[in-house]
Amino acid sequence: MSTRLANQGRLIDRSKQVTFTFNGKTMQGYEGDTLASALLANDQMMVGRSFKYHRPRGIVASGAEEPNALVGLGEGSRFEPNQRTTTTELFDGLKAESQNHWPSLEHDIGVVNNYVARFLPSGFYYKTFIHPKPFWKHVYEPIIRQSAGLGKAPDKETRDADTYEHFYAFVDVLVIGGGVAGLQAAKVAAKSGAKVMLIEQTAHWGGRAPVDGGTIDGEPVDKFVEQTVSELEAMDNVTLRLRCMGAGVYDHGYALGYERISDHTPGAQGPRHRLWRIRAKQIVTATGAIERPLSFAGNDVPGVMLASAMRDYVVNWGVTPGERVIVATNNDDAYRTAITLKKAGVDVLRILDARDSAGPLADEARGLGIRVDPGKAIAKVKGGKRVKKVAICNQNGIGGAREEVECDAVAMSGGWSPVVHLWSHCGGKLIWDEANAHFRPDPDRPPLGANGEGFVVAAGSANGPLSLGDVLTDAQAAGAAAAKGAGFKAKAGKAPVGETTAEAPMEAVWLMPANAEVQLRMKSWLDFQNDVKVSDVQLAAREGYESVEHTKRYTTLGMATDQGKLSNINGLAILADSLDAEIPKVGTTTFRPPYTPISMGAIAGEARGEVFQPIRRTPMHDWHDRSGADWEPVGQWRRPYAYVRPGETVHDAVNREVKNTRENLGLLDASTLGKLIVKGPDAGKFLDMMYTNMMSTLKVGKCRYGLMCSENGFLIDDGVVARIDEDTWLCHTTTGGAERIHAHMEEWLQTEWWDWKVYVANVTEQYAQVAVVGPNARKVLEKLGGMDVSREALPFMEWRDGQIGGFDCRAYRISFSGELSYEIAVPASQGQAFWDALMEAGKEFGVMPYGTECLHILRAEKGFIMIGDETDGTVIPQDLGLHWAISKKKEDFLGKRAQERSHMTDPDRWKLVGLETVDGSVLPDGAYAVGEGVNANGQRNMIGRVTSTYYSANLGRGIAMGLVKHGPDRMGEVIEFPGTDGKIYKAKIVDPVFYDKDGEKQNV
Amino acid sequence: MLILNCPYCGVDAEETELTAGGEAHIKRHGPGSSDDEFHDYLFMRENPKGVHFERWRHSNGCGKWFHAARCTATLEVFGTYSAQTTEPPKEIREAISAKRPGWKWREFE
Amino acid sequence: MSEPISALNHASYDGIARIEECGLQGMITLRGDLSGKVVIKAVKDATGQKMPGQREAHVDGETGVCWMSPDELLVLVPYAEVEAKLAAMKDALGGVHALAVNVSDARAVFRVSGASAREVLAKVAPVDLSRDAFQPGQIRRSRLAQVAGAFWMDGEDDFRVVCFRSAADYVFKLLKVAAQPGSEVGVY
Repeated sequence: MSTRLANQGRLIDRSKQVTFTFNGKTMQGYEGDTLASALLANDQMMVGRSFKYHRPRGIVASGAEEPNALVGLGEGSRFEPNQRTTTTELFDGLKAESQNHWPSLEHDIGVVNNYVARFLPSGFYYKTFIHPKPFWKHVYEPIIRQSAGLGKAPDKETRDADTYEHFYAFVDVLVIGGGVAGLQAAKVAAKSGAKVMLIEQTAHWGGRAPVDGGTIDGEPVDKFVEQTVSELEAMDNVTLRLRCMGAGVYDHGYALGYERISDHTPGAQGPRHRLWRIRAKQIVTATGAIERPLSFAGNDVPGVMLASAMRDYVVNWGVTPGERVIVATNNDDAYRTAITLKKAGVDVLRILDARDSAGPLADEARGLGIRVDPGKAIAKVKGGKRVKKVAICNQNGIGGAREEVECDAVAMSGGWSPVVHLWSHCGGKLIWDEANAHFRPDPDRPPLGANGEGFVVAAGSANGPLSLGDVLTDAQAAGAAAAKGAGFKAKAGKAPVGETTAEAPMEAVWLMPANAEVQLRMKSWLDFQNDVKVSDVQLAAREGYESVEHTKRYTTLGMATDQGKLSNINGLAILADSLDAEIPKVGTTTFRPPYTPISMGAIAGEARGEVFQPIRRTPMHDWHDRSGADWEPVGQWRRPYAYVRPGETVHDAVNREVKNTRENLGLLDASTLGKLIVKGPDAGKFLDMMYTNMMSTLKVGKCRYGLMCSENGFLIDDGVVARIDEDTWLCHTTTGGAERIHAHMEEWLQTEWWDWKVYVANVTEQYAQVAVVGPNARKVLEKLGGMDVSREALPFMEWRDGQIGGFDCRAYRISFSGELSYEIAVPASQGQAFWDALMEAGKEFGVMPYGTECLHILRAEKGFIMIGDETDGTVIPQDLGLHWAISKKKEDFLGKRAQERSHMTDPDRWKLVGLETVDGSVLPDGAYAVGEGVNANGQRNMIGRVTSTYYSANLGRGIAMGLVKHGPDRMGEVIEFPGTDGKIYKAKIVDPVFYDKDGEKQNV
Repeated sequence: MLILNCPYCGVDAEETELTAGGEAHIKRHGPGSSDDEFHDYLFMRENPKGVHFERWRHSNGCGKWFHAARCTATLEVFGTYSAQTTEPPKEIREAISAKRPGWKWREFE
Repeated sequence: MSEPISALNHASYDGIARIEECGLQGMITLRGDLSGKVVIKAVKDATGQKMPGQREAHVDGETGVCWMSPDELLVLVPYAEVEAKLAAMKDALGGVHALAVNVSDARAVFRVSGASAREVLAKVAPVDLSRDAFQPGQIRRSRLAQVAGAFWMDGEDDFRVVCFRSAADYVFKLLKVAAQPGSEVGVY
């Protein structure tokens, strides 16, 4: 059984007991425990079930590479699935639930998959769920969905109780990894004067060197760590961050740090996670190395663990995963585990060394009375929910002639692989190191930065060296190289001297025993989380998957949340062997960020709830909100769609507003319309290029409706232009268009006509603008008093500056409704007061505010086009019958040449017409009209589509506009629009002006 | 995520402050141009693996357009320069030659 | 005329920094040749300040001038004086190609102050806000999370932040989240 030892445990505080629950069972741990160490201390060997076969699984590792021990953590608004127990710090009240089983961890129905495993090889889903086709929707998909995924997603009503944030940091040197290599590299870089940030994913400095032992400059490793940290803390140019993982390295020195601020103190004030968005001139990846499992049958039974992890549990947390342990290895390092266990009082029954000989550590082990068996291997681990026996065989064999030994834990070591993820994220290349059988960073092919030079330096065991002495020498050089790369002079200095027991060379062992028979290979796991076995990769190779990327996707090897941290190299080696190719030829799969999964909250940062996205508000926003506004998003603006009164539906409100504006008086908040000032000696010439019509001839005091096209000829915006003085124009844009059209103008001024003397300023938000619309519009303005707004003093399509009701304003006599209409602009800071004054004065004239839907209906009744309804980026003004707004006199304007292209002048282009349903109903928006015959795909030919469609309360029927082939020549013809509801809508082609065809109402 | 130095305000701006504006140094063809000329002006673009010239705007910043010369394969930036020019300036071309001898892009080399 | 009201009417919040909407500030966008004598004099007459260099802000309380781009300045004057100052400026600029326009009501201004002010800004803008990189006297136009904004420092730990008026509510809420209690980063 696994249990807490009476001694050891450098990271726990035995005076502080912590209570937590696992699957509802109350357990005890100590402060400083991880959830994994605490579970082991409580003899919880089995912690979950595997993804595909639902096999019992236990803790394999002690850090970020853990594939099995994932749990659902917390509850309610703080529940999170798939949390690694090995990186979860224990806290009082922690609640954890194991995953992927039903009804319980101990008794699971899904384990039936395990017994039919031989029928579930790689590619099973691809091969099986194909025919018959109708089965997909009703049989296969529901089954697959039911069994897919590891943990449960939080239920959809639950909202995350925590907050998150981003932080932008700028440093010269970012060191990722706070082990001895990272500490030393940071120190060297910092001493050069560079601004250094050092981040470490765990809660402790020093990495695994303090566990592995040895001395640095003659002192214990712990002392070196303590001293270096305090030196770094004392330096102003150094930022140290624990619980902050280097998640990814990106172009031009961009890196993400994922800081878990309060995962271990849930509910604490402040953000839970902080995503550091770091720009570094140089990045040092001191990310260490990960031990590889060995591939033998039953290597996934709870109690089989990485040798280094077992050592960690003993030394760091005072926990032993077993009382009678067998060690299997292909290298000397695993002997340290045996020695550590033995010294802690644990029975170490055997060291099975696949090699024929080992180094001095073997002598030390023997000296402690441990039996070392060279050339031996594990044929099979027996046991279901925990290890019971190990069958031992010769490494060079098929797994026969076994000796069985009873034990309760197995430590395995297949050698070490540098953590090259961050080096590789942004293009750093790897080389194969034959001696250590691993890929390591190729120093000649680093990721390249903005200046074309390498910006990542790997340090310590992340760079290949595995002994303490080599690690420190390498880190010293890396720190100096990074400082130099960042433009600082680092003193060469001597690296601290690290000393450990010398090690004999390891030997690559990709399968144990080397020629294991198929029954063993079918139980030899490569990827624990995704249930990929040696036999699966071999099958993939036999079926023709030669590319490692294809094999990955076919078998799902390395596709789990651990992204193959343990399985990658072992899987590659099996594939290479099956293909009879060299490992470096087969290559690795791509390393993609993040290094381990990071929270969605951290990615979103502050952008949730009220600040999920900006909502732009006019000065009258709050009034609208209080007055029943049903909001419509228009770009980032919110505009009232309609003002709904108690007892009304939205539809009722729209109809009321439509009728009232035509009959009495309506007010529209038009503040969102863009307003651009264009000024300069060349402003007229410039606007003649921007608009299809002539703006240079517009007289001061007058307004003109203008169209803007792109160089492609397509209509991009429209609005009323007013000439303010001799060299100043004010251009109105659509609501969504202010920033876009401002940028469009600046683009042409800065990049094409930079010698033209024109300045543009966006003054959209300087003004609150109110459209005062309806037969009583003049009356309310006259009642407020001030400016003469009579027909004579302020004719249609003119503007005046002055005062109305005591407000400084500019009044435009323009109309988008066909009614008598003024748009009055006042300073934004007085917008609400002006609106209030209009509402008060308008009472006797039947004033009502109206929203965007009413605006749309009024303009549609008049056949006025709307950018975004009648246009979609493929429509030219000529399609919309707007020839009158396209100058024939001008030699050039944006879009003119394009509109001469053959496709643009094609008489078959769809043209704007009005559409009237035969029965008065409302045409479905976007519906297509069908014509005779079929196209090459056998679909009915289309001859037009609906662009705007509304119920007109004024006309008591549905009205619509649409683009129809030869439309203007087909007046009176009835065409058919099949709806998605199965009905055929019949509509007559009519003139698009439905109301007040002679335009008398706006001219009074 | 790229960093480009805005030659107008001097800021080393990260990509979230910038807006990409497509290929640089395209000559406008208007009325009077042939169909082929106009077609090429609107639609034909380089797609190099290597040296490329682009337009960018410091949109969340000083608002100015500028040019950038960079390598599309390695993302190395050879330099940024004024938008008020119809061709890459000499010092930019020389900077590229120092790093990518024999480079060619449209009529420039 | 009625009493003019700023976007958030002096709303404030106290967290790891104090966030307050400053009320109305007179602002003039001035575009022109910044090396021209006429423009230099117009700025001096309006604000008493010298022409700022690239990314400089010469601001004293409600009066000052900020460099916005090679041909654009943001001129600050007390709100009550903006029309008079603008008229004088337009007069002075009469002979040259320039654009001066009142944008006082198109903006909202916030003060972010306190020991963690730098950190609050560094959570929302992709800008190096360490002491050696950003100091009083400098202005930076950038983005505040998802909207455009600009800021300068009136003193150590004391920022003024300008955004569009329509985005004032967003920026205020954004700064409140960034300044929430317990969110000190501990680097500046």
